[in-house]
Amino acid sequence: MATAVQTRKKPELLAPAGDLDKLKFAVMYGADAVYIGGEKFGLRSKAGNFSYEKIKEGVEFAHRHGAKVFVAANIIAHNEDFSGMEEYFQTLYEIGVDAVIIADPAIIEVCAMAAPGLEIHLSTQASTTNWQTLKFWAEEGVKRVVLARECTMEEIHQIKENVDIEVESFIHGAMCISYSGRCVLSNHMTNRDSNRGGCAQSCRWKYDLFEDREEGMQSLASDDDSFTMGSKDLCMIEHIPDLIEAGVDSFKIEGRMKTIHYVATVVNAYRRAIDAYYEDPENYQFNQEWMDEILKAANRPITTGFYYHTPTDEDQIFGTPPKMAHFDFAGVVLAYDQSTGIATVEQRNRFAVGQEVEFIGPKRERFEQKIDQIWDEKGEEISVANTPLQKVRFKIDRPVDAYDMMRKRK
Amino acid sequence: MTKKTELVVSAGSVEDVQRLFQAGADAVEIGQARYSLRMPGSFDLSMIKETMQIARHYNKKVYVSVNTLFHPDLVVELASYLGQLQALSVHAIIFGDPAVLMAARENAPTIPLHWSTETTSTNYRTVNYWGKKGASRAVLARELSFEEVIGVKQNTTLEVQVQIHGMTCIFHSKRSLVSNYMDHRSDGRELDLPLFIKENNREDANYPIFQDEQGTHVMSAEDICMIEHLPTFLKYRFDVLKIDGILKSAEYNEAIVSIYRKAIDDLSKHPDHGVDLAWMREIKSIQPETRPLGTGFYFKEQVY
Repeated sequence: MATAVQTRKKPELLAPAGDLDKLKFAVMYGADAVYIGGEKFGLRSKAGNFSYEKIKEGVEFAHRHGAKVFVAANIIAHNEDFSGMEEYFQTLYEIGVDAVIIADPAIIEVCAMAAPGLEIHLSTQASTTNWQTLKFWAEEGVKRVVLARECTMEEIHQIKENVDIEVESFIHGAMCISYSGRCVLSNHMTNRDSNRGGCAQSCRWKYDLFEDREEGMQSLASDDDSFTMGSKDLCMIEHIPDLIEAGVDSFKIEGRMKTIHYVATVVNAYRRAIDAYYEDPENYQFNQEWMDEILKAANRPITTGFYYHTPTDEDQIFGTPPKMAHFDFAGVVLAYDQSTGIATVEQRNRFAVGQEVEFIGPKRERFEQKIDQIWDEKGEEISVANTPLQKVRFKIDRPVDAYDMMRKRK
Repeated sequence: MTKKTELVVSAGSVEDVQRLFQAGADAVEIGQARYSLRMPGSFDLSMIKETMQIARHYNKKVYVSVNTLFHPDLVVELASYLGQLQALSVHAIIFGDPAVLMAARENAPTIPLHWSTETTSTNYRTVNYWGKKGASRAVLARELSFEEVIGVKQNTTLEVQVQIHGMTCIFHSKRSLVSNYMDHRSDGRELDLPLFIKENNREDANYPIFQDEQGTHVMSAEDICMIEHLPTFLKYRFDVLKIDGILKSAEYNEAIVSIYRKAIDDLSKHPDHGVDLAWMREIKSIQPETRPLGTGFYFKEQVY
């Protein structure tokens, strides 16, 4: 690996932002760009989608911190879904959104006509897996293609060698077990249209596998070990050099439905790994702390997906998934008084005097401490912070900043 | 004189092709397993050649499916493969991946292109988009309502193909999900019988599942059967009505084609006669017990 380290353009770290708060945390923890959903044309009908006002606020915040905002408009449209689309893209352009993520070519056409200056990224829903197809989209004016999650590292090398277009690849998070867009289980089982935001995640349900024998249907499954199709979650934190050397332009983290704690923790770890490699590729060493951090936020066991081999049973989840994260998000630092060492913290999960907690932040190393005393907003001493979003004050051993997060062991 | 509605069926072998033409199919869809998705059988180039000879004899058409999602190792084979399809003068190439469109411009410039991305061909604007890129026909997603497919038909000049009979694919993964499960169970047995999955809350629905070189496919628990709604398809002048022959016997497909052939011919000659109840009775009499008949999404409301 150390033989021929090329100087690559620093890749973009792209994070999900389900709402304005998540957007701010993603940016503060080091995301170079975030992607959000507007109120229309997006695939996460249940994510806290952004109104125009919220998009504007998000764009202003992100731009102030040197980050970009992409808006997903990645439904596979039906005839009636086009109404209001021109104005939608025009408005996004006027707001200053940096790009839109689109899957349906007819929507690409509408966007290109209505808002010619608005950059277009082709969504992973289009299942793009080869350089010839990327060439097609490049000729169509698409600036960037989000590759199918089925692409291997080797295939990404080939793609980057054959076509001059930005390539974005998922590096972390939940994965469709199908080719994205090529699954209508949800439509068939729940009448919810998966390709227009209604996915019921039917692939993660329990099934029985049957063989059609002469004597009738015979189950191949057992009660405690159902046939399941769910994938482990993608995690490429140990392979950042490979991704950079393959020429991936944007590293994408999945999860617009995930919590602030998840997004901030994951972004924080990847930010550090990318910076470490980029600053000194020759002497880059993987830091186990990055993985430990990610596992504190993980929902499921992890895999490298298709990057290094076609996934086997080891890359899937069978039976009851193991409990993953052993930490809870306990609070967010709102302010810190340097002279007294006292911080104002907004509660996110119950914590009490005497409890061991740990702090992380974009600009500091993680540290642990015990909480000695807690005061409520009126200055009264309390033994436990048990009201959601309650603002409390207590002494913190080392300096902290707004946006730093506090965790506790479960 | 308006164009006649075409009845197309997917075929699994050269022998099937002959029988399906004799039963009244106007065209067959065939494909090589390496480049196509979910065909009833695999046709190599020599079989495609043979199929073309049969088609010429019956004055029928042959469409070759090249609609898999192409990974780079396969994309390099496209130029030569499409060139050979051009040399055989097949009547159309069915594609989903734009890589095929790109390669066809150079290597099969006179062969018509049929656009088929299965689950994602859902609106007339996208149909027209692929029309501008060179497609002459659009194969519509099965997850559309009657109103929606009619909306497409009325807003495009491309030929519109809809499915009127058979099962549909509802899930495609590149992974080997069945053998992964058997590996997980440390059960090395050969699974050569048909396989199904059942969802715990839908015990009466059997979804066929199978693996091939393109990955794992889950199919619908019902067979679409639109024989009683043929008058509507004819009224709105849908260009192509398709019967999917996958996972069915040659006898079944042959019988189904002949029933639809007769129905279409009767309705075309005597539109006032309406639907003959015997058609449905005949279909029911040969329908496998494990395959309920339904109307797919034609009359279903979906939410999202």
